[in-house]
Amino acid sequence: MSELYAEREQLPSIATTDSPTSAVALTGDWTLDTLASRMRPLTQQARRYSRRAWDLRDIGRIDDAGATLLWHAWGAERPAALLLRPEQEAMFTRLAEVQKPPQARRRRAWSALAPVSRVGERVVDVIDHVSGFTTLLGQTVLDIARIAGNPARMPWREISANIHRTGAQALPITALVSFLIGIVLSYLSARQLKLFGADVYIVDILGISILRELGPVLAAILVAGRSGSSMTAQLGVMRVTQELDALAVLGIPYSLRLVLPKIIALAIALPLLVLWSNAIALLGGMVAAGVELNIGYRHFLSGLPGAVPVANLWLGLAKGAVFGILIGLVSCHFGLRIKPNTESLGAGTTNSVVTAITIVILVDAIFAVLFSEVGIP
Amino acid sequence: MSVVISVAGLCTRYGKQVIHRDLDLTVLDGEVLGIVGGSGSGKTTLLRQMLGLDQPMRGVVKVFGYDLQTASADDLRRMRRHWGVLFQHGALFSALTVFDNVALPLRELRALPEPMIADLAMLKLNVVGIGAEHAPKMPSQLSGGMIKRVALARALALQPELLFLDEPTAGLDPESSESFVELINTLRNELRLTVVMITHDLDTLISLADRVAVLADQRLVAVGALDEIVNIRHPFINSLFHGERGQRALAAANDDTRPPKIVFPDHVP
Ligand SMILES: Nc1ncnc2c1ncn2[C@@H]1O[C@H](COP(=O)(O)OP(=O)(O)O)[C@@H](O)[C@H]1O
Ligand SMILES: [Mg+2]
Repeated sequence: MSELYAEREQLPSIATTDSPTSAVALTGDWTLDTLASRMRPLTQQARRYSRRAWDLRDIGRIDDAGATLLWHAWGAERPAALLLRPEQEAMFTRLAEVQKPPQARRRRAWSALAPVSRVGERVVDVIDHVSGFTTLLGQTVLDIARIAGNPARMPWREISANIHRTGAQALPITALVSFLIGIVLSYLSARQLKLFGADVYIVDILGISILRELGPVLAAILVAGRSGSSMTAQLGVMRVTQELDALAVLGIPYSLRLVLPKIIALAIALPLLVLWSNAIALLGGMVAAGVELNIGYRHFLSGLPGAVPVANLWLGLAKGAVFGILIGLVSCHFGLRIKPNTESLGAGTTNSVVTAITIVILVDAIFAVLFSEVGIP
Repeated sequence: MSVVISVAGLCTRYGKQVIHRDLDLTVLDGEVLGIVGGSGSGKTTLLRQMLGLDQPMRGVVKVFGYDLQTASADDLRRMRRHWGVLFQHGALFSALTVFDNVALPLRELRALPEPMIADLAMLKLNVVGIGAEHAPKMPSQLSGGMIKRVALARALALQPELLFLDEPTAGLDPESSESFVELINTLRNELRLTVVMITHDLDTLISLADRVAVLADQRLVAVGALDEIVNIRHPFINSLFHGERGQRALAAANDDTRPPKIVFPDHVP
């Protein structure tokens, strides 16, 4: 059985005398392996004798690494007197021809305008995103209009698969988070209400805050993190592996086959998740209220319709649908912008989730202003 | 000659599909072994097992005397520094430039100064015929053939003693294939090099391979020098060498001024 040749190699060495006219004779193996651990001493030694006559004929093996080391020590030129074996000749000819690697992108020189131009770049970037996002939105609307007259072309299968993945599979995690938030909220409110003897208002507080705000926002944030990232990554990987191009040349518009089903599915699944999240959070709140304030379940449930106008529920569900559409659009937008390399894939996915969550909260604030008169008794 | 790789009693199965059944193979020191076989016959799988990327279901794979399944992590690391692999689809790091792809293994040694790494990487790129103007490009900006060549440059970066090539000339134009053959021959002259090469390209096989292993029916139906192989009666070998393409390649090989290396088989399929 053969062992590694590298383990049988002789150490490289440089032999010469102190007299400035004596030749430098190299022996041993000058390969990457033998050199790696002795770079510095050998380079220094070789540099010291660079003006002398060199004899490389007694070298055992020499590879590109050995040749490069000598070449650098000689100052990137052949010494005046150099004795080589014929096969070594080719090596140094190659080295003499090798080009410098192109400079890594130079850092921009600092200038007083740098902060201004950086702001400018950011603005251009944002405009680029907004226009891309608007194009995607327009494309989606056009797609819907186009297939509205022809329901057979609707990608039903993809829609139902997406509803399953983004909705049904998110039920457990949404339930867990909602239940805990419900308990915490109810417990903290109950402590305050007790001080004023206003125990019965726990129903109003929980009902309005959960149905109107917490349920929709909680569900949307969970879905943005869970499904938004996976949608971005899916489109990104399809870009990396040229699957998007394959779809395009097959005449299958990917906006129709990939983007639209995701958006429609989220528009359907997210309101349903909001409903689920509402119910579980209220359940958690009810349990905590029962423990902390001795409010019975029956009393809590029968008080709910009177305390909370039903408009709050509808408002929450409508928000869910809008959030769903936005999350779908944002994650597809970022997914389609991913460049065919892994780094861009990672960055795109992160940006997608951060943007989706930010937009959800922004739009929630807009809702709060626009509908401030609705559903508040 | 000593043995560099030995595969003994190798069995592989994916689900119900048997890929290899009791397969034995040795690769000798300093030779170029060509592996041929139909598409889906398990060539890449065999290669992955020689690389230790897949565990064989049964059987032993030894490289440089180390059993890949039982060797210590240190031994494996030392050994892996001495082989180079060209994957079927290149497997370049998509987030790194062409230059950085080739420089990465050199940088990982943490022993060489940066100017030397730069020269070595550019040398390797030069050797595979990639000009300096392509060095700052990203892999997604390269053509299929260029990806292959950059991947080969990366495989050669650490001066391997053992080179694994998975369809190295597939996707190359005829001229690049020829310069590839020349390159491997030069490397063999300059350094000791053992090559395991999967290929469908008869011209490459004829001009490079010292021995050929034919993978068919889940085992190696023939291993030997090319002129022995062509005389073996087996449907796959027949279709490979006695089809029109095969005849042309063999004829071209014999057409040289050199004395004929391969004797035409006397039977007609
Ligand atoms: N990870 C895997 N899982 C299941 N089957 C596989 C896997 N990898 C390869 N195969 C199957 O093994 C067979 C051999 O594959 P491969 O070695 O890639 O063929 P080739 O000889 O063309 O390189 C093929 O039929 C392939 O479908
Ligand atoms: Mg293969």
